[in-house]
Amino acid sequence: MDRRQSIKALLLGTASSGVLIEACKNSDKKVTENTTVQPFTGPERMAEENAHYKELTAEPKFFTDHEMATIAILADIIIPKDNISGSATDAKVPDFIEFIVHEKTEHQTPMRGGLRWMDMYCLNNYGKTFRECDDKQKIALVDQIAYPKKVKPELKQGAAFFSLMRNLTSSGFYTSEIGVKDVGYMGNRPNQWNGVPDDVLKQYGLSYTEKELKECVSFNKV
Amino acid sequence: MGDLQIKKQPKKYDAVIVGSGAGGGMAAYVLAKAGLKVCLIEAGPNFDPAVNSAQLKNPWESPRRGASTKFRPFGDFDGCYWGWEVDGEPYTQAEGTKWEWWRARMVGGRTNHWGRISLRFGPKDFKHKSIDGLGDDWPISYDDVKPYYDKIDRLLGVFGTNEGRVDDPDGIFLPPPKPRLHELFIKKAATGIGIPVIPSRLSILTKKINNERGECFYCAQCGRSCKVYADFSSSSALVIPAIKTGNVDLVTNAMAREVLTDREGLATGVSYINKEDMQEYQVSGRTVILAASACESARLMLNSKSQRHPNGIGNSSNVVGKYLHDSTGADMGGIIPELFDRKRYNEDGVGGMHVYTPWWLDNKKLDFPRGYHIEYGGGFGMPLYGFNWGIENLNGTYKIKGQQKEAGGYGASLKEDYRYFFGAHVGMAGRGEAIAREDSYCEIDPNVVDKYGIPVLRFHTTYTDYEIKQAKHMKETFAEILHSMGAVITWGGDDGPENNYGLHAPGNIIHEAGTVRMGNDPKRAPLNKWAQAHDCKNLFNVDGGMFVSQGDKNITWTILALSMRTSEYIVDQLKKQNI
Repeated sequence: MDRRQSIKALLLGTASSGVLIEACKNSDKKVTENTTVQPFTGPERMAEENAHYKELTAEPKFFTDHEMATIAILADIIIPKDNISGSATDAKVPDFIEFIVHEKTEHQTPMRGGLRWMDMYCLNNYGKTFRECDDKQKIALVDQIAYPKKVKPELKQGAAFFSLMRNLTSSGFYTSEIGVKDVGYMGNRPNQWNGVPDDVLKQYGLSYTEKELKECVSFNKV
Repeated sequence: MGDLQIKKQPKKYDAVIVGSGAGGGMAAYVLAKAGLKVCLIEAGPNFDPAVNSAQLKNPWESPRRGASTKFRPFGDFDGCYWGWEVDGEPYTQAEGTKWEWWRARMVGGRTNHWGRISLRFGPKDFKHKSIDGLGDDWPISYDDVKPYYDKIDRLLGVFGTNEGRVDDPDGIFLPPPKPRLHELFIKKAATGIGIPVIPSRLSILTKKINNERGECFYCAQCGRSCKVYADFSSSSALVIPAIKTGNVDLVTNAMAREVLTDREGLATGVSYINKEDMQEYQVSGRTVILAASACESARLMLNSKSQRHPNGIGNSSNVVGKYLHDSTGADMGGIIPELFDRKRYNEDGVGGMHVYTPWWLDNKKLDFPRGYHIEYGGGFGMPLYGFNWGIENLNGTYKIKGQQKEAGGYGASLKEDYRYFFGAHVGMAGRGEAIAREDSYCEIDPNVVDKYGIPVLRFHTTYTDYEIKQAKHMKETFAEILHSMGAVITWGGDDGPENNYGLHAPGNIIHEAGTVRMGNDPKRAPLNKWAQAHDCKNLFNVDGGMFVSQGDKNITWTILALSMRTSEYIVDQLKKQNI
């Protein structure tokens, strides 16, 4: 049973949530990397919102190709592939950043200016833009601006930009299918809340009181 | 404009109700079930949670990943249309004062996304002037309202526990969910320093109560509204069943302009503008019931001027718009190092907290007159826009898997940090009682109209030392609880006298009330004890407007109880032909 059918069944009252939990466990699909999700524009939206979305997506791209390529490099430095999950570009973080600066226009100038700040730094030090630098040069700069508490005073603007870039990258990555799985958020599905698992209670030396056990909703443990 | 004309609907209803939130939905439900003919006017579009809720959407299905927009200030998945601003519908504020006004425009109003915190007022809450000399007593008591609380507990469903606390009266409760892990931490810490923590009381169905509504399946998304109607929304639990009786005509996208009156000054109906065709309409009824929200109902009354009601309908007292007050609010958050690197499991639970703290102290021993309750949050929430924003303020402060790192960073090490901190945050919010004052109010702005030509409200709302001292006390309490549980304050800890200890601006907590208050003296209150206008016997108000004061309890459950009480009175009075 897929999620949509589950909800339908719940609505019609033809299934208890217990049955659905099992059904959902069995059919939870694998995380499919690189899927492009169509944002919802159906009955969950009011007319003004759909018009607003249409307007935003009809605007010309904010970032130039060069800027987008730089964003992709930075995003993958911030969130690379590791033994648990894929990278920021696997999760299409640059596309999210392109969209979000249309929605939250306050990020436009800090992003554009920050990217140019990096390019100017690289031009002055290496004679080429950040994206044209070799990996060693790129990391040398990143190491200087990725740690805001120990950054040199003359590079503070670079650190402010890098923090914004890190924040936008983590927003984009951890709200993607890959990122949600990585961080281990296990909700957003029909469930039966039966309290903190026993082993976790034990780990923290906690327990439910008799009053709680008597008064609260309980489900038979599977 | 040559073709602009007023279209009068020939049908005469028993009642015209303005607004379909908690108060209006309940009125429509009671009247329709009694066989009366109702016209329900709503300023926004239709909304059925079964069809229109974004429940169970994943974060990546929102192009902005759940970030807020002006259409959804509480985030892209939230169940409320509009909020802090509404296109074409401005309001103004007197210099030096601040009011934040949340306006929903949809069937069911704000009940589609509210926190479902369903607290009865206690006996003291109706008679607080007798205790501390401030504000006014209600013309009714807890005993007058108790039968209606009992009825709505059964009709709409609320979970909780009977604790025998006089000012947090027992109810007819469904079983509550067990506390989550961070809630057990809070409970242990707070009770250890003498602060009670008890199961929360939320109108969410942990057990099935009828065949029209489903049972909670613990997705923690009540804020999006529930597709199986397992939480209380006026849309799902009142308006839809009311319409099913066949006795209700629902008119959506209809912005009320004025209450119409006859020569004797009695209400004859309501005029409205249809937002879709921009035409003017009139609908007539034997009674008019205002439930447009405390401020919108006051605005409507003040804008309804006639020879008999030169000051606005039902306003010979000149009190309409005054005594406007909101809950006070202050918040603080922290992180619990003991919860770093937690074992993962599905912790969603119901939408909202499983435990809370009711007011526990005696104000006679404190330097502020009224109490507050504490709401709690934390745990494994769905990652949304802003997830771990500012990790550079966090990951240099704690050892991560035994290793001290530099704040900020990137790469595989940073990914490890995000995982390490997930689910370790905790937050608390105080919601307290402000004193309703005559000099904190709204009125019609003499210069400004909205896009429909309707004069708008101008607000003059302020706080006094009472509320500021209460906020200070909240902050001290939060810090104590956080400290006792071994948590470290991460936000809200730096507030002081320079910003009123983080006290939110009035209106911000979205519990506004008091603008059309009840009272036995027609010179001091627009409504009598039945929420019937002293000056106009077939005009009623059943939203937060009728409140004399609001206790330290969220007001929705009392709006519902009082609306039911007034609606039953209206049914009775119509049958007796008294109105």
